[in-house]
Amino acid sequence: MGSRFDIRRQTGFTAIAMICFFALYLPIITVVVYAFNAGSSIAIWEGVSLRWFYQAWNNNQVVDASIRSLQIASVAATIATIVATMAALATTRTKPYPGLGFKYAFINQPLMVPEIVTAVALLIFFSRIKIWTGYSGLGYLMAAHTAFCIPFAYLPIRARLENMDLTLEVAAADLYATPWKAFRRVTFPLLWPGILAGLMLAFVISLDDVVITEFVKSGGQDTLPTYMLGQFRRVITPEINAISTVFLLISILIVTVFFFISRKKDQE
Amino acid sequence: MASAEEVAKEAERRDIRDRWLLSAPALIIIFLAATGPLLIVVIYSFLTPGPYGDVVWKFSTDGWLSVLMQRDIFDDTLAFADAHLSIFWRSAKLSFMTTIFTLFFGFPTAYFIATRPARQREIWLFLITIPFWTNLLIRTFAIQEVIRNEGIVNTVLIKLGIISQPIQMMFTDFALMVGMTYVYLPLMVLPLYASMEKIDFRLVEAGYDLYANRFQVLRRVIIPLVKPGIIAGSILVFIPALGAYVTPRVLGGSKNMMLGNLIELQFGQGRNWPLGSALSISLMAIVMVALLFYVRSAGRQGGTHG
Amino acid sequence: MGTGSALKSGRKNGVIVPEQPGKSAIEVRGVRKVFGTGESQVAALDTVSVSIRENEFFTLLGPSGCGKTTLLRLIAGFDFPSAGEILLHGQDIAPLPPFKRPVNTVFQNYALFPHMTVAENIGFGLEMLGKPKAEVKARVAEMLKLVKMEALSGRRTSQISGGQQQRVALARALAPQPKVLLLDEPLSALDFKLRKEMQIELKRLQHETGITFIFVTHDQEEALTMSDRIAVMSSGRILQVGTPWDIYDKPAERFVADFIGETNFLTAAITGMANGKARATLKSGATIDATVAEGFQPKDNATVVVRPEHAKLTSGKGDLSGTVENIVYFGTDTHIHVRLDSSEAFTVRQQNTRSAGCGFERGDKVGISIGNDAAQVLRD
Repeated sequence: MGSRFDIRRQTGFTAIAMICFFALYLPIITVVVYAFNAGSSIAIWEGVSLRWFYQAWNNNQVVDASIRSLQIASVAATIATIVATMAALATTRTKPYPGLGFKYAFINQPLMVPEIVTAVALLIFFSRIKIWTGYSGLGYLMAAHTAFCIPFAYLPIRARLENMDLTLEVAAADLYATPWKAFRRVTFPLLWPGILAGLMLAFVISLDDVVITEFVKSGGQDTLPTYMLGQFRRVITPEINAISTVFLLISILIVTVFFFISRKKDQE
Repeated sequence: MASAEEVAKEAERRDIRDRWLLSAPALIIIFLAATGPLLIVVIYSFLTPGPYGDVVWKFSTDGWLSVLMQRDIFDDTLAFADAHLSIFWRSAKLSFMTTIFTLFFGFPTAYFIATRPARQREIWLFLITIPFWTNLLIRTFAIQEVIRNEGIVNTVLIKLGIISQPIQMMFTDFALMVGMTYVYLPLMVLPLYASMEKIDFRLVEAGYDLYANRFQVLRRVIIPLVKPGIIAGSILVFIPALGAYVTPRVLGGSKNMMLGNLIELQFGQGRNWPLGSALSISLMAIVMVALLFYVRSAGRQGGTHG
Repeated sequence: MGTGSALKSGRKNGVIVPEQPGKSAIEVRGVRKVFGTGESQVAALDTVSVSIRENEFFTLLGPSGCGKTTLLRLIAGFDFPSAGEILLHGQDIAPLPPFKRPVNTVFQNYALFPHMTVAENIGFGLEMLGKPKAEVKARVAEMLKLVKMEALSGRRTSQISGGQQQRVALARALAPQPKVLLLDEPLSALDFKLRKEMQIELKRLQHETGITFIFVTHDQEEALTMSDRIAVMSSGRILQVGTPWDIYDKPAERFVADFIGETNFLTAAITGMANGKARATLKSGATIDATVAEGFQPKDNATVVVRPEHAKLTSGKGDLSGTVENIVYFGTDTHIHVRLDSSEAFTVRQQNTRSAGCGFERGDKVGISIGNDAAQVLRD
C-alpha cells in the first residue's frame, strides 16, 4: 500500500469537486474576459479595450436603470432590515407564546412561494391599485422588494439573537439597567453584526431580483436586471458583459464583507 | 403594592403585547406585498378574461378548466390540452433531472469541502458562495456564452477538428438542463455541506473497523448521516426549478417553455388572466406538497436540520 | 453596614433603600414557585421560609434541581414567586424588577459583556445608577485593586483567563455596593487549584466588604469550608439550616446526613431520654447515647448516624462486631468496610501513619466502639 489509509477519502469525489468548481467559474470568467474585448463580438477576441465599459457608462438607459436599482435596493433593504430586526426581537428568546409559530410561517412565507406566483399576484394587485389611485411611481417596486427582502434580513439577525447569551441582559438588569438601557448598551451592540449581515443580504437580494420586478414595473421603470433581460432578445454586444462585470464586482464585494462579518460572529 | 404573582402575570401580558407590536410592521408589509395578493389570485382564477387583458367581474370556471382542458372553438367540446400537459410534464421532468444532477455533482463537492482542513474549508465555501450570490441573470447569460453556436464549447471543438458544424445546444431541453444545473448547484451544495460538516468521522472509522469498504462506508454510514441535508438540498433546488422563469426564457426560447413562462404568457400575449391565475395556484399547490413532504421527512429525522 | 451605606435613598432609578436596617438582611417568607400550568405544573420551591442575617456568608446547598438556584433568582428578581414574600431589610421586594433591587449577582458563566473592557464591565452598574463619571472611575479603580486586576483593566473580557473573569465578575457585582451579593455556583467552571484559591479569596472579600453573601453550590466541601451558615435543600424544600458544624455533626434528616460527608446508618430502638440525649439500643445489643435535634421526641424505632471517623476499630469487643470486607487506602486515611453481624454495612475511617498497614486484614473479626458524643438520632 505504501501511503497511509485516509478514512475521509472517497474515490472520484475530489475529481468531481474540481470539475464543479471549474464549471462554476468558467462561464463567469468568460463573461468578464469578453467585457474587455475590443471587437463587438462576444465570441471572437479582437484585443483588449475598455470601450464597452465607456459605452455602458454613456448609455443613459443603463445609468438610469442602475440608479433605479440602487434606489430600490437601498430603500427596500433598509426598511426590511429595520422591521426584520424588530420581528426577530419579537420572535426569539422566549418560551413559546400563542402566535409565535404563525409569525415564523408568515415571515418566511415569501421564501415558500415560487417567485413567479408572487410576481403574478403583485401584478394583479398593483394594477388594481394603479387604476384606483393613479399613482404609478417606484413605490410599488419598493414595497414588493421590501416584502421579499424581510425573510432574508430576518435570517441572520434571528440566528445572531438565538446564539446570544440571555444572561447578559439579565446581568445588565441586575446592574440597574432599565429594559431600554439594557437593550441599547448590551443587546444592540452585540446584535449589530447580525443586523449588518441582514442589511447586506437584503441589499443583494433586491439588487438581483428579476422576476418580481419584471412583472411589477411600469413602463420606463427598468432596473438593471430587467434592462439586461430585455437586451438578451436583441443582438448582444460586450456592453452586456461590461455591465455584468461591474454588477459581479459589487456582488462579490458585498458577499466578501458579509462572509467576514459572519466569520467574526463565530469567533466571538 | 401589587403582589409578585400579579406583577409577573402583568409583565408577561405586556411582553406578549410588545412582541406583537414589534412584529406588526414586518407582518403588515408581508401581508400587503406578498401574502395578501396571493388571495386575490385565487379570486381572479374564477373570473372571466377581459378582451385586452385583466378580467371581467363575472364568475367562471373556465380558467381552471383550461389548465388541463381545451374547449374546441367550433363545437364547444372539451379535450385534454396537450400543450399545457406537456409543459407541466416538461417542468416536472426538468426540475427532477436538475435535482438529480445537482445532487450528483453537489454531493462530492460538499464532501470535498467538508473534509478539508478548517482553514481551507472556508476558502472553498467562499468559492461556492460567490456564484450563489451572483445575479441569476448574469449566471444564465454566462452559461449561454459557453453553449452558444459561437460559444467556447463549439469554438474549441471546431478548432480541434472534432466537429465541422457547431452543435445546436441553445433552445433545447439540453440547454435548459445544463443551465438549471449550473445556476442551482450552490443551492444543493450549501445544505449538503451544512450536514456533512457535522459528521463525526469516528463513525466512519468505526465503519472501516467493522470491515466495510469505501463504498459501503459511503452508502451505509455517510449517506444516512447526511440524509437531512440531501432532502433539504433537493427541496431547495426542486422548488425554484419548478417555477423557473429566467433560465427557460433565456436558454429555452419560445418552444421550450416551462410553467413559469406559460404563466407569464397568459398575462402577456395570451390575455387570459384567469388561466394564468389558475396555473399559478396549481404551481403553488405542487410546491406546497413538496414542502409538506419535506417538513414531514425533516420531522422524522428528528429535526436535525432546519 | 460599613461600605454598604453608599446606597442613599431617593435615587433616580428608584432602587429602594431600607429605612431601618433590621437584624436580617433577607427574609424569605412562605415562598412558593410553580413552573408550568395545569397538568405539567412543577413546584420548584415548596413553601420555603428562611432568614439570612446581615454580614453573613450564607450558603444554599443541595443537588441540582433542589430549588437553590430558583430561590436565588427570586431574590435577584429574575423570576417572581407564585406566593410568599421576600423581605430586604423588612421591605417586600418580590414584585420589583431586578434593576430596582439593591442586590447584585455573580453568574455561573460570569455573564461578562464581551463588547466591553474589564473596567467598563465593572463600571456598568454605577453608570446605570447615574453616578458621576469621576465617582465611577474612582470606584472602578478601587474595585480593580480589591480583586487585584489593576493591570488588566483595559483588556476585553475575552482576552483574560477563567480565573480573571471570575474576579471581574465579582468586582462588577460588588462595585455598586449591593445590600446582598448573590453568587450562583461561581466556582464551578474553575479547576481544582484555582477553586481552592478563590474560596479563600471570596471569604476575604466578604470579610473586607461586610456585604451579605448568599452562595449557591452543590459542592458540600465548598459549603462547609466557606459558610457561616448553610441551608441544605432538597426537592424544593429547606431541610436544615445551621452552621457547618451543626450540619455535619448533627444532621437532622437522612438526606442531610447522606448528602454531606460519609455516614453510617444504624437501626436502633430508643429506650429513653436522659440529659437531652436518647438512649439507643443497637441491633448488636449494645446501648449508646445519641444526641437529638432540639425539640424532637424520637419514636421507639429510629435511625442513628455515626460518621466513619467518629468510630474506632478494635480487635477486641466493641459496641458492634463484624468482619472486615474491604480496605481502601486514601493517602491521608484508610477506609475499612465492615459487615456487621446484624448484616448492616459500616465504614470506619482511620488516620494513616507512616508505619506500614492499618493493622487489619480482610476477613478479620473486629469490634467497633462508638465514641461518647458520636451518634445522632435522625428525625425521619
